[in-house]
Amino acid sequence: MSYNILLCGVGGQGTVLASKLLAASAMENNETVHSAETIGMAQRGGPVSSHVRIGEDVYSPLIPKHSADLLIAFEPSEAVRNLDFLKDGGAVIVNEIPMMPVTESLQPTGYNGREMIRFLKQKIQKLAVVNADELCAPLGSSKFFNVAVLGVALGARFLHFEEETVKNTIAKTVKEKFVESNIKAFEIGKEVGLSMKPDFDALDNVVPKREMTEEERNKIIALEEQIQTAKERRYETKQ
Amino acid sequence: MKTEYMMGNSAIALGAIAAGVNVACGYPGTPSSEIIDTIAKHNTNKAIHVEWSVNEKSAMEVVAGASYAGARCLVTMKMMGLNVASDALMSLAYVGVEGGVVIVSADDPGPISSQTEQDTRLFAKYCRIPVFDPSSVEEAYKMIQDAFDYSEKYKTPVLFRPTTRIDHAYAAVTYDETATPKEIPGFVKNSKRFVIFPRLSRMNHEMIEKRNPEIGEDFSSYKCNSFTGKEGNKKAVIAGGVSYAYAKEYLQDRDDVTLIHVATPHPLPETFLLNALKGIEEVLAVEELFPYLEEEVLLLSGKHKLNLSVYGKHTGHMPTAGENTAEGVAEAIGLFLGERKPEDPGKKAFEGVVDKIKDRLSGNEEVMMEEPKAPMRAPVLCAGCPHRASFYAVKSAMKGKKANFSGDIGCYTLGNAMPLDMVDTCLCMGAGITMAQGLHWTDEECVNFAFVGDSTFFASGMTGVANAVYNQADLIVCVLDNSTTAMTGHQPHPGTGITMMGDVANAISIEAVLKALGVKKVLTVNPLDLKAATEAIEECAAESGVKAIIFKSPCIAITKATEKCVISDRCISCKKCIREIGCPAISVVDEKVIIDPNLCTGCGLCTQICPVAAIEKEVR
Repeated sequence: MSYNILLCGVGGQGTVLASKLLAASAMENNETVHSAETIGMAQRGGPVSSHVRIGEDVYSPLIPKHSADLLIAFEPSEAVRNLDFLKDGGAVIVNEIPMMPVTESLQPTGYNGREMIRFLKQKIQKLAVVNADELCAPLGSSKFFNVAVLGVALGARFLHFEEETVKNTIAKTVKEKFVESNIKAFEIGKEVGLSMKPDFDALDNVVPKREMTEEERNKIIALEEQIQTAKERRYETKQ
Repeated sequence: MKTEYMMGNSAIALGAIAAGVNVACGYPGTPSSEIIDTIAKHNTNKAIHVEWSVNEKSAMEVVAGASYAGARCLVTMKMMGLNVASDALMSLAYVGVEGGVVIVSADDPGPISSQTEQDTRLFAKYCRIPVFDPSSVEEAYKMIQDAFDYSEKYKTPVLFRPTTRIDHAYAAVTYDETATPKEIPGFVKNSKRFVIFPRLSRMNHEMIEKRNPEIGEDFSSYKCNSFTGKEGNKKAVIAGGVSYAYAKEYLQDRDDVTLIHVATPHPLPETFLLNALKGIEEVLAVEELFPYLEEEVLLLSGKHKLNLSVYGKHTGHMPTAGENTAEGVAEAIGLFLGERKPEDPGKKAFEGVVDKIKDRLSGNEEVMMEEPKAPMRAPVLCAGCPHRASFYAVKSAMKGKKANFSGDIGCYTLGNAMPLDMVDTCLCMGAGITMAQGLHWTDEECVNFAFVGDSTFFASGMTGVANAVYNQADLIVCVLDNSTTAMTGHQPHPGTGITMMGDVANAISIEAVLKALGVKKVLTVNPLDLKAATEAIEECAAESGVKAIIFKSPCIAITKATEKCVISDRCISCKKCIREIGCPAISVVDEKVIIDPNLCTGCGLCTQICPVAAIEKEVR
């Protein structure tokens, strides 16, 4: 058994510290853990990701596609970019505040993040959308999002660690003068995560569903058959 | 013993320390840089000599000398650095070593931050020396210690080649924190051994060719070369490096397929492989970069007349370029074993169409929106980067004139991005200065600029300047001096004077070096002073011969910003600042130009460009 967490965002958002804390918490739990980071060119405003793999049966440092149990996205478009890694039924936590590409002022892409969030809401059942600015407002800086989001994950029960375990690793990992504020960030995140839990059940109802009528179903079957025949014919001509 | 969660490069560094390393030299290069940094960090009693050498060739030669005296030595570099060091290494392979010499040459499949996708395993075969290929962080820690032992046992330098996914992967490693450097026996003069002459080379070549099969035989019982699978298997997967981890990830503990791990690709452990391949009819080689194992198995199969079909890159079963992924390897092995069917590209499109029709009929059309495309995020020079100002000054000064801009390796390669568009060529370390000369000899009317970073200047720029002065070329050397090796993580270099032993040595003045090399005009300017910088460039462009401008301003990552730029309401939204310099801190929100105070370092370049003086500096 293994539990795979993919953290993604844009260089400078602090994904590395978050992945370090996850790995350290797993170590504290006496679990086997592996991880991998993107380092180099990509750090200068490029997309970054950290793969954290907890468990015995893990051999490669990278999470294979369709295998992540949890995707923690620091940015909406980065969530979509990395969605391939999520396994069926996996959970996503995403910050809804977009980071514009650094080249946006030169080549406007019209990107605003809202479309990404709308897509995620439709596609992902276990989705927690958080607003990093609102979440971190009591802390005075959105830079604490990397630790706060771990609180969200724990509160929403996407992480199996004890609260104390994570707090201990924060105390051991970050610089002494930042321990207190980071622990506070974690606690604020946890409260938000806890409050979100009921929403997941509600999410099931977001997608309007109704049974197809008999007529509609027959239409589809007919259509499918038509397409299939057309495809086979094309295949035969090719041969 | 102590257990810590660490990066692969730290595991390699601590493994070398556990092996009693005496001398560690290297030149920064992604993904290898953290090895020397880690050794320096753990060298609190200064018992190990650690240095950033000026380039890889220097590092290799320092180590050759220390090894002759019996010291255990580590050299680190990225694989392209091995090209630079190869002159020394090739000869050292013939002469041999006294103290163990392990050369870490980190390969970068992808490539993720490199110019080439070369394969160090092939280099080992070319040099006729052993190579170790770790498949995990944990293995790297142990294997580098074995590498030292084999090096001393056979008196040969050995290569050790991790790849990015080993260097920058993390795992818990238990290491010996009490290890101390080994006793150095001292240099015993022996010119018959240490002075390379054709006669010695001929003799040693024979010895090496006789010895290598013996090492191969020795490697056949090396514990890291291993295979799993039951007798009677017909299919096998042979893998090395991180690709072995990907293969293992897919096969887990299955015994119906033989999985062969080759940890020492050269000299090939033949006996081990013949044993592993017993009864096997088909084998798939899973590896990155060169089809090394694939070709070796083909060779082995021919030599021993095995009834074996070998699949891999040559047969189209594995991709020929780029890095492997866990799912890519799973797919390839799945196909090889007949457990997966090749993906039908038409099928997915077809299913998509059917899904859409279904949604339309069921009234869910609105719901199933198509996946929006994530925006491109190209890397650019940081906000406040002094290189932007240097490039912009040259661009402004040369407006309307015929000029070529030869670039080099470092952060400043990013000067090629729009709107600066100031890098016309980039080849390899130090090539900008020499290539500008070549361009000059083809068109003497054109003004030629060569941009080189401070670290690159010391690594391989100086000889190019000497070449230009000696051969009377006409060019302007622009040294972009940001007082650090920025791209690889801010390592010191001769120009900074800070050494890895924690001393502050005599910093070498780039200006003095250029003058001593005979450059007739050497100007030093602060690139953030646009007027002064432009004037210096114009002054140099007006003269013939070799001129140099040192654009001196520190990297923003090693200084703390004290100011920031703000836009007043005088702004007429002409967006000249955006069009001209492309600073990531400046953007347009609701038709208004704004400066992100978190990104802005107050470099002030934009304040000098604004036509209505609407941007001002402010104290943070």
